Amino acid sequence: MSSEVDVAAPGIGLPEGDEAETQARLWRRAYDNLRTGNLGILPIAIGLVVIVVFFSFKATNFFTADNFNNVIVQMTGVTMLAFGVVFVLLLGEIDLSIGYLSGIAALTVAEFQLPGSGHEYPALVAIAIAVGICAFIGGVQGAVVALVGVPSFVVTLAGLLIWQGVILQVLEVKGVIVIESQWINDTAVYFFTSTAGWIIAAVVTGIYAVGTLGSLLGKRRAGVAIRRPLLLIAKVIGVAVACFGTVAVSNHASVPNGLPLAGVLVVIFLVGLSFLAKRTPFGRHVYAVGGSAEAARRAGINVARIRIIVFIISGAMAGVGGVILAARLNSVDLNVGGGTLLLDAISAAVIGGTSLFGGRGEVRSALLGALVIATVSNGLNTAGYKTGTIYIVTGTILLLAVTLDTIARRLQARSGR
Amino acid sequence: MSETPILQLRGISKSFGSVQALTDVDFEVRHGEVMALVGDNGAGKSTLIKCVAGIHGVDSGEILFEGKPVHITGPKDAARLGIEIVYQDLALCDNLDVVQNMYLGREERDRLWRLKEPIMEQRTAETLRSLSVTTIRSIRQPVASLSGGQRQSVAVAKAVQWNSKLVILDEPTAALGVAQTRQVLELVKRLGDQGLAVVLISHNLHDVFEVATRITVLRLGRDVGVYEREKTTQQEVVQAITAGIPTKVAGIPTTAPELAS
Repeated sequence: MSSEVDVAAPGIGLPEGDEAETQARLWRRAYDNLRTGNLGILPIAIGLVVIVVFFSFKATNFFTADNFNNVIVQMTGVTMLAFGVVFVLLLGEIDLSIGYLSGIAALTVAEFQLPGSGHEYPALVAIAIAVGICAFIGGVQGAVVALVGVPSFVVTLAGLLIWQGVILQVLEVKGVIVIESQWINDTAVYFFTSTAGWIIAAVVTGIYAVGTLGSLLGKRRAGVAIRRPLLLIAKVIGVAVACFGTVAVSNHASVPNGLPLAGVLVVIFLVGLSFLAKRTPFGRHVYAVGGSAEAARRAGINVARIRIIVFIISGAMAGVGGVILAARLNSVDLNVGGGTLLLDAISAAVIGGTSLFGGRGEVRSALLGALVIATVSNGLNTAGYKTGTIYIVTGTILLLAVTLDTIARRLQARSGR
Repeated sequence: MSETPILQLRGISKSFGSVQALTDVDFEVRHGEVMALVGDNGAGKSTLIKCVAGIHGVDSGEILFEGKPVHITGPKDAARLGIEIVYQDLALCDNLDVVQNMYLGREERDRLWRLKEPIMEQRTAETLRSLSVTTIRSIRQPVASLSGGQRQSVAVAKAVQWNSKLVILDEPTAALGVAQTRQVLELVKRLGDQGLAVVLISHNLHDVFEVATRITVLRLGRDVGVYEREKTTQQEVVQAITAGIPTKVAGIPTTAPELAS
């Protein structure tokens, strides 16, 4: 009879002993996860495979190395915005201003690199100013939400209108601003050489493996049970395959040959923000406030501070995304920050499995969701469908994802108590 | 064994506008005892506790903690003294797991701002084991998936973990079924056995008589008596709750004669 009391026997470390028991335990966990509506990335991974297979048959030039690189570059801007959205959604809030906030960043970076304008700065400084302004605006909006108590929907809806207005006012006079700074444009259109690509893949895999090993050793030292050791090994292998696979395909592409810098930026922010969300007290407090603001307050957490910082993160990520989006076009025009950018970013986070009700979600879900949206829109494009179809399909996927989330939530509520 | 009570309230009065919530209330808790605080709705139980927690300031009277007069102006002051309060609505985050809830707001971290998960997990396991809370299958499962009794146990364990000396439980069994109530009452008893002072606020005299060492009765904002469980009956306490008259003289609780210098 296996002990079903983890608490009573926490010092057992690795579950040595017979294979059958380990197996049974794994199944039990998997079942528990399903029962409590904790589906993880399973549905979206399956969905992604289905989408890719479908379009591979539908369009001849979809399943190619060139198009693979295309998708990476196309999705980067939205992914950055979606990273910020995840944090806001974790609180159970919403930020509708990020679309045009990214436009403000694009405008700012374009303005501050403009040769002969009298305020031309080096590219990195211009980028820093743009991201900084967006972070500041995000902070102001967050302060109104957290300190005054105006609903975030209203505050950021006002932000949406205001920043759109600012962009129109500035660009109505100037028309189009061309970005000539190669450094800025490189954020979207630089491709690594194939050797550099392999090195990056090796470094990322190495860091992940070392991190995993480190946490294992820490658990070992504290005498805490190590859960699902097989899964950990599988994860490391999965990361290795993903890294080297991506580089292999990217190096195979002909037109822009090599691993895109944009993809590397996505990975850097993914790792950094995941660390922030999962491994720091701040991230823990974000989840706590999203789960129960009152409980968080009683635990001594400064709820207003957490809220403001989260809106700063959201603004800053909109800034980063805005710069990259502008760099991809080498210019800023009246459409900047508009279109489906905002809704794509929020959809990405939600499709990836982040709950709109707060407290549940992961940073990586933004990447997965953005991947789905980018793949669908790219696939429909290459297959020759019109924009209308893209919207309809994306909308349907969004509805499916949220329905799944809601059902999962109901199951979770039922399994409690 | 006459020792200083861990918490002593002397002549506490508190009014909200024209409503006199507490009038000249004396109250004390000793080390290792479970002191029940009972009374009808509106008798002032919660107000008294909130004064100790620092949520309300007192109008007059003094609070002595371990014999020394203290000023508690906020929940943090109370926590610093070693007073932890488990409120009726638990204050747990459903989406976090047991370990995360236990350390909420007081996470262990290293210099790089990384959470020390293994250490927190290990200590949580230790705390729960020391309280014999064994019904929780995994301390890494979200609190949402726990039963009411388990949640209450986690909330109590969370309060106990911080070297607290006095734990105040506000209606811990109000929302629980029979088996789970038993579970929580056992836990309350163990707290007392471990030398902690416990204040148990409850409507349920049956529960109170099961675990309390002494019982303080409040009525209409006054304390009408302190009873030792072994020397009293439920009837007597009910009588005090519904029709008790303040009997004390000069601020000396009737059943604590050893305190009268």
